[in-house]
Amino acid sequence: MAFIPHTEGDVADMLAAIGAASIGELFDEIPPGLRADELPGVPEAIGEMEITRLMQARAAEDQGALCFIGAGAYEHHIPAAVWEITTRGEYYSAYTPYQAEASQGTLQLIYEYQSMMASLTGLDVSNASLYDGASALAEAALMAVRANRRSKARRILLPRTVPPVYARVAEAIAGTQGIEFCRVDYDAATGTTPLTALAPWEHEDVTAVVIPQPTFLGSLEAVDALTDWAHARGALVIAVVNPMSLALLKPPGQWGTAGADIACGEGQPLGVPLSSGGPYFGFMTTREAHVRQMPGRIVGRTVDLDGKPGFTLTLQAREQHIRRSKATSNICTNQGLMVTAATLYMSLLGAEGLARVAASSHANTRRLVETLSALPGVERALSGPCFHESVLRFDRPVGPVLEALANRDVFGGYDLSVDFPELGHALLVCATETKTAEDIAHYAGALGEVLKQQKVA
Amino acid sequence: MTESLIFEQSRAGRFARAQAPVVREDVELPADCLRAEPPMLPEVSELQAVRHYTRLSQRNFSIDTHFYPLGSCTMKYNPRACNTLAMLPGFRGRHPYAPASHSQGFLACMFELQEMLKGVTGMQAVSLTPMAGAQGELAGVLMIRAYHHARNETHRNEILVPDAAHGTNPATAVMCGMKVVELPTDADGDVDIAALEQAVGPNTAGIMLTNPSTVGVFERKIEQIAKIVHGAGGLLYYDGANLNAILGKVRPGDMGFDVIHMNLHKTFSTPHGGGGPGSGAVGVGARLKPFMPIPVVGREGDRYRWQDEKDLPQSIGRLSGFMGNAGVLLRAYIYMRMLGHEGMRQVGEFATLNANYLAARLKAAGFELAYPRRRASHEFIVTLKRMAKDQGVTAMDVAKALLDYGYHAPTTYFPLLVPECLLIEPTETESKEVLDGFVDAMCDIMERAARDAEHLKGAPWTLPVRRLDDVRAARQLDVAWRPEGADA
Repeated sequence: MAFIPHTEGDVADMLAAIGAASIGELFDEIPPGLRADELPGVPEAIGEMEITRLMQARAAEDQGALCFIGAGAYEHHIPAAVWEITTRGEYYSAYTPYQAEASQGTLQLIYEYQSMMASLTGLDVSNASLYDGASALAEAALMAVRANRRSKARRILLPRTVPPVYARVAEAIAGTQGIEFCRVDYDAATGTTPLTALAPWEHEDVTAVVIPQPTFLGSLEAVDALTDWAHARGALVIAVVNPMSLALLKPPGQWGTAGADIACGEGQPLGVPLSSGGPYFGFMTTREAHVRQMPGRIVGRTVDLDGKPGFTLTLQAREQHIRRSKATSNICTNQGLMVTAATLYMSLLGAEGLARVAASSHANTRRLVETLSALPGVERALSGPCFHESVLRFDRPVGPVLEALANRDVFGGYDLSVDFPELGHALLVCATETKTAEDIAHYAGALGEVLKQQKVA
Repeated sequence: MTESLIFEQSRAGRFARAQAPVVREDVELPADCLRAEPPMLPEVSELQAVRHYTRLSQRNFSIDTHFYPLGSCTMKYNPRACNTLAMLPGFRGRHPYAPASHSQGFLACMFELQEMLKGVTGMQAVSLTPMAGAQGELAGVLMIRAYHHARNETHRNEILVPDAAHGTNPATAVMCGMKVVELPTDADGDVDIAALEQAVGPNTAGIMLTNPSTVGVFERKIEQIAKIVHGAGGLLYYDGANLNAILGKVRPGDMGFDVIHMNLHKTFSTPHGGGGPGSGAVGVGARLKPFMPIPVVGREGDRYRWQDEKDLPQSIGRLSGFMGNAGVLLRAYIYMRMLGHEGMRQVGEFATLNANYLAARLKAAGFELAYPRRRASHEFIVTLKRMAKDQGVTAMDVAKALLDYGYHAPTTYFPLLVPECLLIEPTETESKEVLDGFVDAMCDIMERAARDAEHLKGAPWTLPVRRLDDVRAARQLDVAWRPEGADA
């Protein structure tokens, strides 16, 4: 059942105006041998009532567990107003705001978003967003190569404390463009990147150094020292940050003596539901000096013919629809709808609300870690502070434990054994502001039972 | 009427108190990690935020409020059920790393979506992960590159691209380390075959084609093109931007394409969202199957599971943090199930009917079609070069004037090879009355151009702002608000 308004009379009138005998005749330029007869795999149409029944049943299948997984996607309370407003048809069903006069709503909203992100990260300018955090890092690496004209090496230092999947995505997207990603080792006792780990590149040409804060392991890097190390060697600094944490943590623009040059990351914590990993949005901010090297759309404030203020896409000479093969990126869309949600979220929370969410997530994770590490066979794996995630070490492989917990409808965390084998049987756990004392006690109770029932390997 | 910035409505100490934890808990973090000053976020009540962003929404044109015949963008109705059902708590709250045991409902939808997309495109396998059309293109060209590299033909580094192609095509090829070889288009809108034969050679990696092409006509020599490119050892890439025109009627796989991307936000009616999220699922033929981006969803018996590096060791890798725009994919799934195979076919048929009707009526009213000897596909091009020459009224002026009539402008100045062009795509979800109303507006504008060109050159007159000073926007860059007196 296609969403088609045509009556039989309409079709007849329209064909008469065209001068065709049938709709089929409109396809007469297509070689007859190419016409499709069947569409295998596509079932019969169903109505809204039937699809509702099916989707409700499937959604219910996946629902109901208590989730302590973070690892790059975080469960936060999202005010009802955020998606009520975001899914208004005027936002939901509008195109990219190329016709500025007919898109002032979206354009002003993006300008406000850019202002908020610039302030949150302590930098001058923001783009209108990229696809997600992982691909934003790939774009940041490419941007750093364009922006750092003194460096010829196209070499990016990428600490292992950056989310492992970000490294894979950066390699897949930017690796074919002659960019070398050098992995920097970390200290397994603290989960952070010591300056000594950078020693191999002490006298090398380095284009940029990536610094995560907080790290994938929840730990906090010595961002000031790392930033100064990079700048002293002519390298740019790319900060990979959780925007939620920036309500409390030092913004990248203030790291070290001169501040980071580019900040990017995953915007999902700002009002975007977990939704199986997307759609999320990647954000990117930088110093004004680098704005022409930044990929993606940017909205600027200007005036109209009557001198009245208004908003429009600007610096489009960087983009693929103008520059074609010489563009800064092939990127064409931003994640407009997610940015709409994030802008509403930040407006409703404000600096104080966001700080409360961050502090509450931090405190809950601390409580979770204290409670779980009191169980026999479980200990904290890293010394030093964490933001809202932490690593627990078990006396046995984590996989079977997580499976047994899932059978009790508890998602216990993210298994680190593949990407961080040197941490032992390690589990990354997270408790945001959505978790109550009862939730944490429930997890501890379930884990206690599982550990008792399972034998130590 | 202007709507002040949210920052200008702020009052120190205000925020939506119901939306944050009741107390601010203590933080035990080293002082040198912490920020000294809070960020400059709005300080407004819940009502203020709701009112401000509702008012801003009313300053947008959208499909839900206006006819939006934006060529190449397929601005069709986005069924509301797709949003409502994709946002059910079980889908919206599912963590991307939730175990497969608790994800069978979601995975079933993704697996069936892969199967349906295979069926409508005639490809052998589908990966859903690319997050937009341009990322689908990137995935496609990376797969072509990986294929040649796996055969030790690393010298194949040339991608052929017609001059009418979307800008993303050449930009993508360059991102993949390829050289772009541009192909001319002949007078009737087909690829110039003689030029193609000249252009292919031992370095040919592949060709990127849109069919129907960006000039709104079906590429009639597609079988010949496939033979020439394959004969030279290259592969064929299908840019799915215009798939809506042939949905259910012709399948890219049957035309000889080795890899395609689909814009789910066009053909499968997921929302454009004011500029994203898109979704650029890719389909491949047998040769490129081992190189697909991961993860994909597999089925074993009646259970579904992710397939990753272990299953596809030659994969070009991961393009997103998780599995792409999952929520968009759910919307596409719901849409496709509601349409069914008969509905799919009707999409192509009625999109083509609407475009040909609109083209016929505009032609009869005295407008010049760029390719008058051709059938329109789901879109067509009007060239206003006569109006520009005689009255000084450009395609841009007509586009802006249409806004005053309550119609979103068609795509202007694309493709670049047709002067003063409007690329018009009505889509299948619009009624005859709407199309007739648009024709009336165009006729009105034509009549006004002869009588009062200055009025059109000053349009729009009735929108929240008149034409904006783009030069000033770029020269006096103002892309973030700062309180007065703050350091720039």
